[in-house]
Amino acid sequence: MENVQKESVPILEMLGITIRFPGVLANDNVDLELFPGEVLALLGENGAGKSTLMNVLAGLYRADSGRILIKGKEVEINSPKDAMALGIGMVHQNFKLVETMTVAENVILGLDSEDFILDLKKVGNRIREISDHYNLKVDPGAMIWQMSVGEQQRVEILKLIYRGAEVLILDEPTAVLTPQEAKDLNRIVKQMTSEGKSAIFITHKMDEVMEFSDWVRVLQKGRLVSVVKTKDTSPKDLSRMMVGREVLFRIEKEPSVPGEVVLKVENVVAMNDKGLKALKGISFSIRKGEILGIAGVAGNGQRELTEVITGLHKVVSGKIIIENTDMTNKSPLEIIKSGVSHIPSDRVAMGIVGDMSVANNLAMKEYRKEPLTKYGILHPKRIFTMAKKMITAFMIATPSPLTNVKFLSGGNIQKTILAREIGACSSLLVAAYPARGLDVGATESVRNEMIAERDNGRAVLLVSEDLDELMSVSDRIAVMNGGHIMGIVDADKSDIAGLGMMMAGVPLEELK
Amino acid sequence: MIALITSILAITLRAGTSLIYATIGEIYTERSGILNLGLEGMMLMGAVSAFATVYYTGSLGLALIVSMLTGIVLSSLHAFLSITMRANQVVSGLSITLFGTGLASFLGQRLGPASNGHYLIGLIGEKFTPFAIPGLSKIPVIGAVFSQDILTYIVYLIIPVAWFYMYKTKNGLNLRAVGESPQTADAMGINVYRTRYIYTIVGGTLVALGGAHLSLSYAPGWTDNITGGRGWIVIALVIFSMWNPSRAIWGALLFGGINAIQFRLQATGTTISAPFLNMLPYIVTIVVLVLMTWFETLNKKVGAPAALAVPYMRGEK
Repeated sequence: MENVQKESVPILEMLGITIRFPGVLANDNVDLELFPGEVLALLGENGAGKSTLMNVLAGLYRADSGRILIKGKEVEINSPKDAMALGIGMVHQNFKLVETMTVAENVILGLDSEDFILDLKKVGNRIREISDHYNLKVDPGAMIWQMSVGEQQRVEILKLIYRGAEVLILDEPTAVLTPQEAKDLNRIVKQMTSEGKSAIFITHKMDEVMEFSDWVRVLQKGRLVSVVKTKDTSPKDLSRMMVGREVLFRIEKEPSVPGEVVLKVENVVAMNDKGLKALKGISFSIRKGEILGIAGVAGNGQRELTEVITGLHKVVSGKIIIENTDMTNKSPLEIIKSGVSHIPSDRVAMGIVGDMSVANNLAMKEYRKEPLTKYGILHPKRIFTMAKKMITAFMIATPSPLTNVKFLSGGNIQKTILAREIGACSSLLVAAYPARGLDVGATESVRNEMIAERDNGRAVLLVSEDLDELMSVSDRIAVMNGGHIMGIVDADKSDIAGLGMMMAGVPLEELK
Repeated sequence: MIALITSILAITLRAGTSLIYATIGEIYTERSGILNLGLEGMMLMGAVSAFATVYYTGSLGLALIVSMLTGIVLSSLHAFLSITMRANQVVSGLSITLFGTGLASFLGQRLGPASNGHYLIGLIGEKFTPFAIPGLSKIPVIGAVFSQDILTYIVYLIIPVAWFYMYKTKNGLNLRAVGESPQTADAMGINVYRTRYIYTIVGGTLVALGGAHLSLSYAPGWTDNITGGRGWIVIALVIFSMWNPSRAIWGALLFGGINAIQFRLQATGTTISAPFLNMLPYIVTIVVLVLMTWFETLNKKVGAPAALAVPYMRGEK
């Protein structure tokens, strides 16, 4: 790798890139340099301008000023087509795949070089070649909607290779992957760089920066604050550069003081959307001042569990009791009124209304009551004042309370949801993957909010795929597999190996 | 009996031709993600402009061209409103129907010769006449397929070509992607706006041709509301076809067939009331549509383009 880096001409250079959005300076005079065979990690908090900078390379946004050089020659990238022609390909956070089409169709989408009458057999053969070469295990005839997220990501990578990409941009690639899939991705990227291709990836996970990359560039509020060689730095240094202050990796919390039972789930059975049993007799309870973590690989019934508790999903048999009242199959409104709050896993689809203002989104739970409404008429001034308070308290970065919430970054959208839900919570907080896709700073504040809620005497149900998070935040951890609870353990007595075994389907009793 | 079936089939195909043009046109438009509810108005404008041209010039070819130009103008308007201005497509489409219906009726009372009180109604012009294809037209029953006018023969070609283009060519793939996921198409270097403009206008051209067939062959001539709501039936037929051009023929034949049968029944002097018989094709179309959609939903095969009627703008969440 060393000698590759000494090659005099970088494959890609960005000089003095500045991008302005209405009201925000997204990138301010940012430089970037990438040599063949290198992996560059782009690090920064939500809204630091990483994705924006990369979207300029991918041809989706245009820089207001600055220059881009490919192999030493100045280029103009005005469209995704230009970017592809220059060998730049990007795997976006929300995959750019047409779900109702096959892998092969997606791979050749928009390609001018294909024959007018498509030869999908030829395309399929080429896909198989690439797939075998990098061990991607992708079937060209498979439909996208039938694939797991990990497989879809491999299709995205395959698509870029097929189009002859020399520089691969990966926007938070591991946020949606299991640890095993993340390892596999690392292997694929390493193989590609060993063949002279290069990669830029955006991530928040420090251990992956350390493992994946050769260089790290840190962005803060749109500005490039440091450039370091990965082997000369440490996760601690990086997070300090990123946030501008020390970040706690170990959450500090007092031991929990559980009170009476808030949520009691008794033998609950529920179907999933396809009519198959997703919950096969789940029982547990959470007390006041306690956080119960739910661990498990996605798709083992966690979503259905959060939805039956919040009233979004019907229970077939069993009981859900909240504060001694039977709330089985009650409507979401009745459950909200009993003081239950919900941070949904799909924050954009279920947590916000994108076309409404931050203020109105914040008011969405309290608007039925005084002081926000009187005689059934909304009081916009009071909503505005309340929103301003919450924006300050939760440090939501928004140009104004009246900005449409869809213009905020993922982390600030999550903070908006959090502010609303925590504000309205009086008994139980159900949080599904609350820190997914968030940067270190935002993750820390989300986790601390959970603990603060616990200390305020609420019961918290925390669903997560991140075992570190579960072990540091929760008091007890229940592990789900195939719609069953494999066991419930005390967080401080648990270990990753044991939890992993239960996630794979070994019941707690058999572990001992 | 065979003669009766043959003649019903012949009328069915003639009645179905205008529907197939419009259905395939609208399928292409909707596949790009644009919903055009202006069909009724565009078919009427296509019909009146074609008939006025043929009346004065005697040229059927010129009449088709003028009718297509009418379709291009009206669908460009819809494209501009719904793609560039990102207007509500339902509102834009409905206003084109209202505008087209009114304007066509107005033109029908103004474009005619002074001798006819400036009315187009009641005039006779050149028309497309059926001609038999030697040999093939002699086959029992099937022969009906081969004794049609040129516009119907062209439809036989358009259906497979439209299907092949959509499912087997590069452009067809890009078109389907734009209607399913414009974000993806954009990132893959497909010009979403241009694609939507092209197919909205191509679709509008075919719709106007459907109208021209009514005034140049099926009627022939001009009367107010010559389409008899066919523009709305087409909206249903598009759904019935599941946005697949190869299936456009079945819906059109269903509507055309019921139409042909009820005409026959009326000619036999049946006691069933005439308004009821006239209503029949519409009722059957709606009932079949509901059943079909219900059935397809059960099978989870509903094929509406995912981004239908959703304006596209880069960078929206």
